[in-house]
Amino acid sequence: MLRRFAKEKTAVFGLAVIVFFALVAVFAPLLTPYDPLAQDIPNGLAPPSAEHWLGTDKLGRDIFSRMLYGARISLGAGLGVVLMAGLVGTSVGIVAGYVGGWLDEALMRITDIFFAFPSLILAMAIAGALGPSLQNALIAVSVVTWPVYARLIRGQVIVLRDREFVQAARAVGVGHTQILFRHLFPNTLSPLLVQASFEMGTVILAVAGLSFIGFGAQPPIPEWGVMISEGRNYITTHWWLTFFPAMAMLFAVAGFNLVGDGLRDVLDPRLRR
Amino acid sequence: MTAFILRRLGGLVFVIFGVSLLTFFLAQLVPADPVAAALGSNARDAQIEAYRLQLGLDQPVAVQYGIYMSRLVRGDLGNSIRTRRAVIDDLRDYLPATIELTMAAMIVTILLGIPLGIIAALNRNTWIDAGARILALIGGAMPIFYVGLVLLGVFYRQLQWLPGPGRLDSTVPPPAHITGLYTVDALLTGNWPVLANASAHLVLPAITLGLFSTAVLLRMTRSSMLEMLGQDYVRTAKAKGLSERLVIGRHVFKNALPPILTIIGILFGSLLSGAVLTETIFNWPGIGRYATTSVTTLDYPAVMGVALVAAVIYPLVNTLVDIGYSVIDPRVRAN
Repeated sequence: MLRRFAKEKTAVFGLAVIVFFALVAVFAPLLTPYDPLAQDIPNGLAPPSAEHWLGTDKLGRDIFSRMLYGARISLGAGLGVVLMAGLVGTSVGIVAGYVGGWLDEALMRITDIFFAFPSLILAMAIAGALGPSLQNALIAVSVVTWPVYARLIRGQVIVLRDREFVQAARAVGVGHTQILFRHLFPNTLSPLLVQASFEMGTVILAVAGLSFIGFGAQPPIPEWGVMISEGRNYITTHWWLTFFPAMAMLFAVAGFNLVGDGLRDVLDPRLRR
Repeated sequence: MTAFILRRLGGLVFVIFGVSLLTFFLAQLVPADPVAAALGSNARDAQIEAYRLQLGLDQPVAVQYGIYMSRLVRGDLGNSIRTRRAVIDDLRDYLPATIELTMAAMIVTILLGIPLGIIAALNRNTWIDAGARILALIGGAMPIFYVGLVLLGVFYRQLQWLPGPGRLDSTVPPPAHITGLYTVDALLTGNWPVLANASAHLVLPAITLGLFSTAVLLRMTRSSMLEMLGQDYVRTAKAKGLSERLVIGRHVFKNALPPILTIIGILFGSLLSGAVLTETIFNWPGIGRYATTSVTTLDYPAVMGVALVAAVIYPLVNTLVDIGYSVIDPRVRAN
């Protein structure tokens, strides 16, 4: 499988980008030349130079340092939401698919309700009700995205539950819990991994969008969406304030999307495009 | 066919009921007291108590939901705390702006996404295909709020080729109200200067909002076309001497169309989501900006109204797409 993935050039490029961002996020304190929150107002709005590689913002904060810390927040946020939403969605999906009947019907109608909302409007309403903060934005985006996993995994389990290996397990008296977690869950991992990769990109953009309109991370947190929001009035005069965080976001999201594409092609060749 | 439509509409009624329950629950989460917020800081205790009784807030939550629902079925979404108007009236003012913007973005999406997808598929594994795929990759990963800011900075502030935020120049009066969509109303009343101005104001926000969905549609069109191009009937059509144009237009594209239609319906939801950010950047007076301001001021009757309307529009559009789809493709009805 690894060998097949390695043949997908664009996916390998995407993976390299993700690994780069992950390393940057982990080692941000060692790599940053300045404190991301340290102000140096006389030196504000300085263009990229040898001293400040990506320039400074209006408060004189080093953009390079803020961007590296931003990777920490965005990747962490993506991972947190994907884990939270993935856990809830997968549990609901496995139960719905395995038990079937009225429970399946009820759980799927609940996912219909969540799918009805344009995601950002619901996320904004939740984040606003809980109070604007990064943590509440993550809760909001998780609430909005769990049904995606629930639908996906339910579909997988419905296909799998009547297969011979599950019937055999049942025939020899294996309990429901063990069938669910030992036999069904591992077989849903491939589509789950593909979905999670795509969702990482979606979540990074959603959290940044919420932060941009004021319902996510709050200043002075060096989150990429916050950085673009803070630099919005300088877009034509001091382009570096917004350009670098936007490019970081573009590469990170594109990286996850490319890996998602590659994984899908490798894990499910029927979907190869 | 009737049974299919009835089944879909029945599902829609259930979703609307669920959506109302969820928005009601959300409003219960808000830490602020809606009555104190509505009456302001100068309100006396007696006034607050009277208003509380009037809204039914002294009742148990289940009864409150009953009151809310009985108002809802009569089309009463309550009053906005901020604008002090009926939420339904506010929405009636703001919704046409969002519809106009999403329609324009959808036109951008279809005009760019489908042709580029077809061109990419017909030139598979060439530099044209690579270019289209890179475009799709960037469009799908770019934060649209940055794109909006850049377009506004370059084409409005620097080059001054296109007008800035808002639906019309401040010197241009809105057209006579028929639909609330300025371009349509100007067209219907033959008001050409307003039509030109309103259309020019739509260009940048429509491109901003349509970028992501263009990327998705491009990919979908490309893959759907590629799948059809490899089918036996295409080879047969070519073998019997049909022109390339006829094979692509009459056979390949027609068969590649159903998944493209479905994705267009689904993309409508992402456009409504994106409208929140686009309207904020372009100061566009639609329900996205109304929602943002309402959430900021904890005006939850307004937020519930927007959420409800948005959550009804999206499945409604998808139901219509499904019904349209079943007309095109009889196999859907059978399933």
